[in-house]
Amino acid sequence: MRIECPYCGPRGAEEFVYTQDAERARPTDGGASPTEDWAAYVYLRDNLPGARREYWYHQGGCRAWLKVTRDVSTHEILKVELP
Amino acid sequence: MSGFRMATGGLVDRATPVRFRFDGRAYEGFAGDTLASALLANGVTLFGRSFKYHRPRGVLSAGAEEPNALVDVREGAWREPNTRATMVEIFDGLSARSQNRVGGLTHDVMAVNGLLAPLLAAGFYYKTFMWPAAFWERLYEPVIRRAAGLGRASGLPDPDIYEKTTEFCDCLVVGAGADGVAAANEAAKTAPRVLLVDEYAPLGPAPVLAENVKFLPRTTVFATYDGDYAALERLSDHLPSGPGPRQRLVRIVAGRCVLATGALERPLLFGHNDRPGVMLADAVATYLARYGVAPGREAVVFLNHDTPARLIGALAAAGVAVNAVVDTRPGSSALVHEAARAAGVPVFAGAVVTRALGGLAVRGAEIRQANGSVLRIRADLIANSGGFTPNISLTTHLGAKPVWDEGIAAFKAGALPAGMSVVGKAAGEGINPGIRAHWHGGQFAGKSFVDFQNDVTVKDVALAVREGFVSPEHVKRYTTLGMATDQGKTANVNALGVLAQMTGQEIAELAGPRARPPYVPVAIGALVGAHRGAEFRPVRRTPTHEFAEALGAKFIEVGPWLRAQYYPRGAEDWLAAAQREVNIVRGKVGFCDVTTLGKIDIQGPDAVVLLERVYANGWANLPVGRVRYGLMLREDGFAMDDGTTARLSDTQFVMTTTTANAGRVMQHLEFCARVLWPELDVALMSVTDQWAQLSVAGPKSLAVLRKLADEPSLIDDEALPYMGCKALTIAGGTPARIFRISFSGERAYEIAVPARYGNGLARALMAAGEEFGIAPYGTEALGIMRIEKGHPAGPEFNGQTTAHDLGLARLLSRKKEFVGRAMAARAALCDPARPALVGLRPVRAGDVIRAGAHVLPEGAPLTVAHDQGWVSSAARSPSLGSIGLAMLRNGPARLGEVVRVYDPVRAGNFLAEVVAPVQYDPEGSRLYA
Ligand SMILES: [Zn+2]
Repeated sequence: MRIECPYCGPRGAEEFVYTQDAERARPTDGGASPTEDWAAYVYLRDNLPGARREYWYHQGGCRAWLKVTRDVSTHEILKVELP
Repeated sequence: MSGFRMATGGLVDRATPVRFRFDGRAYEGFAGDTLASALLANGVTLFGRSFKYHRPRGVLSAGAEEPNALVDVREGAWREPNTRATMVEIFDGLSARSQNRVGGLTHDVMAVNGLLAPLLAAGFYYKTFMWPAAFWERLYEPVIRRAAGLGRASGLPDPDIYEKTTEFCDCLVVGAGADGVAAANEAAKTAPRVLLVDEYAPLGPAPVLAENVKFLPRTTVFATYDGDYAALERLSDHLPSGPGPRQRLVRIVAGRCVLATGALERPLLFGHNDRPGVMLADAVATYLARYGVAPGREAVVFLNHDTPARLIGALAAAGVAVNAVVDTRPGSSALVHEAARAAGVPVFAGAVVTRALGGLAVRGAEIRQANGSVLRIRADLIANSGGFTPNISLTTHLGAKPVWDEGIAAFKAGALPAGMSVVGKAAGEGINPGIRAHWHGGQFAGKSFVDFQNDVTVKDVALAVREGFVSPEHVKRYTTLGMATDQGKTANVNALGVLAQMTGQEIAELAGPRARPPYVPVAIGALVGAHRGAEFRPVRRTPTHEFAEALGAKFIEVGPWLRAQYYPRGAEDWLAAAQREVNIVRGKVGFCDVTTLGKIDIQGPDAVVLLERVYANGWANLPVGRVRYGLMLREDGFAMDDGTTARLSDTQFVMTTTTANAGRVMQHLEFCARVLWPELDVALMSVTDQWAQLSVAGPKSLAVLRKLADEPSLIDDEALPYMGCKALTIAGGTPARIFRISFSGERAYEIAVPARYGNGLARALMAAGEEFGIAPYGTEALGIMRIEKGHPAGPEFNGQTTAHDLGLARLLSRKKEFVGRAMAARAALCDPARPALVGLRPVRAGDVIRAGAHVLPEGAPLTVAHDQGWVSSAARSPSLGSIGLAMLRNGPARLGEVVRVYDPVRAGNFLAEVVAPVQYDPEGSRLYA
């Protein structure tokens, strides 16, 4: 599996670390958001098949954070963006 | 004795004899022989005993699919069991042994398993599990483990060296037969880099390849993963054991891939079809043509398609008498009749071989003719073929389903993974002309084996069906069919055919066999490569390692680091050394390498904003030249890490993290800076390895450092108060940073110099501190002082504790937003009844607190229901004796209470008093001593 880092070019997946999905938005209104919003952000995952957006960290390379769209059923990398 | 070497023919090098041993007996073969071909040439037919029933077994195939001829090769630590004799190239001095026998190979005493067969039939394990467990543990398992099974590992460390490498190519071609060579040369016209791999040893003329085709023989592509291929190159398996690498794991990054993997033959099923001398027809042809070996002297050829017709003439030409051709097809075919007529052999059309005759070797074939009459024909070789199956394992590794092609009675590749194509026989081209599928001709006398390696018979499949298992996957699990190391290469399609026939289904309706990696067994050593023992991962040494080593320090792994644990003097054990080191620090002055704490340089106009958001406590008002303790939470509100951060200028900070979390905190900070708040103008850099940092602690620490500082007045108390920091030069111009912070509770300074000066700084401290009685201290002394001072560390920051639990709730700022704030405010996380940090001290002198012990109310029964917490850290303090830190329910409110410390694993059970976490110098006066 290869990820095309915008800075480093196509690199093996072992250089990257998957950290979390990028489908959820972090509550932005400081600490005022209800606990339910935070709980949803921290804990709830849909775990759906198909194309999903994920955060990958180029730990063994340029240390960029990337937003990667990946088909979690086939592992096909569909898109790589900077966050 | 039946097989023999033909006078001429074959591709082996007849000018180069090779001597080897099998079961202690000396034999001779030729260069190019496999162990199987050389033994067959010497008339050996019996190679081993089977898995469950200890039945005599010979060679079935001539290749990677071999389920029967599994042997143990080489000696001592190099011994490798379960090696396919068909894949072992002989060399001078090779020694091999048959396996899974008790006593001699010809008189295996465990062959009695055959009589216990009903106990070992399919499903036995499942049913037995329902019987009383004691029966299983004491009786069945030991007996079955001893009786069933294959070879045994040497039990010694693997002495071989393995390599890993990556090959990049535009086109990978798997298989260097005629189809593969043609595909490689065709691809080479447009693809700059073509890689051709072949599983077998080169024998005979080398393939003619275009210049841009790289050829790797003895290389098996055993898996396909997400666009990459994994291959095993056998570098020296064909040579005597030596110092060079044995195998190489090759990761192949290929633009596209062409499978030219050919087709594997499946046997026809009949009674005693596992007798030595029953072989696949194509394997017989291979032994004749490739090795110049005739596997028998009198043959019966049993077939259901036209391909083996050629074998009739080849056997006759080799001097093997073909006594009968048995064709399941009514009327047989013109091709078969013609070949048989040319060789003068009778053809029995519409007939089947019902069983092989003979015990340790085939002595004949029993044939049931079309009219039902039965006759026996003498033979020491039954060459049989039920048709070929395209070898498409690699197409199925990613989940694609094979599809049944009725015209060739075989499964072909279905949907292919992206970039993969299949050519030649692997695509089903030209295979099985005239075939009429034949699965089994009924229940014959004697076992008919479907899966030879796992000893699964037609009767086992019938039993599975009778018990209601009719889906192939269920039958597979119930009978273990296809689950041996050969993955049922010769068994899977026959099993589906038999199942379809028994259940009245069409084979096309059944799910075709899908394989999992690896295609062939791969040594764990090859997957591990060089990463074992001391090379399991890189060793990270501190900048004072050399200094510590010269003083005889004992080292310990801490996270990725090797740190000095203690510096024993004379006959001191770890505890005596650590306690002496503590006393030196508390009484005089000591120093310790703390480089392993993560150091992150944070720069930019928004550096302080980032700190405000990632730390729970406030940073905006921290003046330049000051240091502050910080607590970091995770988004879920639990404590993540702690450490000190110093403000070097308005826009530059240097953060320290714990040793264990250094990488994680760096990743977290970058996530915050780049993903959550990309608008922040801040840059982050890990500088852990750039600075050697030493903690100098004790009442004489300032006196020692004054001798090192180029301008001593810069570090006096007025210039550098507690929690101050600054840049300076030491030892005549060496740049340094000094931080007046303390982990030990004593007056202490951390001094940082460029990493290359680490050993030099340690030596300079020893020289400058000699008059004060200075000594280095290790992680044990550090730990004792940490626990004396009640600082939470790794055992308390365990991912399940909150700021409240750790006694750090005062740090949670109410004036700002920070990571984890909202979730940390959840009522359950602030519940005072949660286990929280306290100190413990035994009531009775002599009792020793151990980390991991449980804490219960004094009079409560010793049950889980009354468990109120645990000892997280424990130390043997030279001044206080045994002390501990514990996480105790409602802890801070229970100071003075006597609780029970219970350690059922290590038989500890005594009373202890709950005390404040800080047990040494609670007023903190020693910081200024
Ligand atoms: Zn990169």
